[in-house]
Amino acid sequence: MSKFKCPECAYVFSEADGDEHEGYPPGTEFASLPEDFACPDCSVRFKEDFEKV
Amino acid sequence: MKGYTATLDSGEAIFYRDRKRWFWLLSVLYPLQPFLGIWLHAETGNEAWLLLPLALGYVAAPILDWLLGEDENNPPEAVVLQLDRDRYYRFLTYIVVPLHYVGLIGVAYWAGTQELAWWSFIALAAVAGIASGLGINTGHELGHKKSKLERSLAKIVLAVPAYGHFWIEHNRGHHRDVATPEDPASARMGESIYKFALREIPGAFRRAWDIERERLERCDKPVWSTDNQILQSLSLSAVLQLGLIIAFGWKMIPFLVIHNVLAWWQLTSANYVEHYGLLRLKDQKDKVERCQLHHSWNSNHIYSNLVLFHLERHSDHHAHPLRRYQSLRHFDDLPSLPNGYFGMYLLAYVPGLWYRVMDQRLLALDHIDGDLDKVNVDPSKKKALYEKYGQSQKLQAG
Ligand SMILES: [Zn+2]
Repeated sequence: MSKFKCPECAYVFSEADGDEHEGYPPGTEFASLPEDFACPDCSVRFKEDFEKV
Repeated sequence: MKGYTATLDSGEAIFYRDRKRWFWLLSVLYPLQPFLGIWLHAETGNEAWLLLPLALGYVAAPILDWLLGEDENNPPEAVVLQLDRDRYYRFLTYIVVPLHYVGLIGVAYWAGTQELAWWSFIALAAVAGIASGLGINTGHELGHKKSKLERSLAKIVLAVPAYGHFWIEHNRGHHRDVATPEDPASARMGESIYKFALREIPGAFRRAWDIERERLERCDKPVWSTDNQILQSLSLSAVLQLGLIIAFGWKMIPFLVIHNVLAWWQLTSANYVEHYGLLRLKDQKDKVERCQLHHSWNSNHIYSNLVLFHLERHSDHHAHPLRRYQSLRHFDDLPSLPNGYFGMYLLAYVPGLWYRVMDQRLLALDHIDGDLDKVNVDPSKKKALYEKYGQSQKLQAG
């Protein structure tokens, strides 16, 4: 389980925790997020911009 | 006066004092200006005083912006973290939230209990609506932050203008799609503000609803549920506005209709001037470029920035949506407006004048350099505008 960070606002998507409010349960793989996934906090960085922590 | 010290990479120690610190109180007090008119009406018995806030917004504000001019000061990057952590600044955005409720209820009380001429009743409703439009600005500043408290306050204050969907629409929709033809909240060249409003107001609601519906679907929850954040804020609006109707009678129905429309109109006006004609280009793979500093119009006019929590430093806001208002920066050579927002709104309300001032400015921008293919043009005006600027051959080629 890895973590991925938004380079703009430091939002972290943790695969172990998921993001319940956004509807991604614990254990959601980052790769399985939709291709047009936008950062839930800033919306100006997208899936391909996220960096593995 | 409070200051901040920091050490630069060069080893040099700096001391920074925010000269705007206390002036930010203007953003807190500005929404209370309807009370100025009410107070003078109560003192003198002359209803004309109720129009005073309209004069402050539409006459005094553009003149003050013109007289006081622009402010290009930026805090040094080294103190921005301290500036962001200084709780004073965020406290101002917290206290303005209840003041918006006080404002609407106070003005509604006056409109509902006094014997007023029809025109001063309408003026009061309009003045209340303009003040609640500033509530959308407050909700905007709060809604961009990560803390639960600030996000909740954003939804609470957005209930006053009955615009609860804005939080989702703006953060998740507008920031993602800004300066593209698809964005209902970015105005196109040749599109009048009136035509824009009819695209923006329903378009923004639809986009917010779609984004929230998709989120709830992922959460396995029905869209019509108490988890729907749009419905949460709208129910608060319903309680507030039904409460006013029960308290002050049927007169509140036209009052609230005018109030709501005028509040939304403030946001429409801001959206209209913020990205007029600006376009993010697509690469060969049809992928839209990232939002750049030159995809927003800016104004450094000090007065209107101080009453709008720095909203007019719009490029930095779109580049860094979570940056706090006290830290937003001026950059050289950005698309810039010739007056503050309040003056630009007036210009926008006369479309012919707006085009005369803004179309030239738009085409003169460095990254556009007269090329209409790099402009977000209203499709129905495309042929006429390409002809006007001698670029019809591009339409045939494309
Ligand atoms: Zn982000």
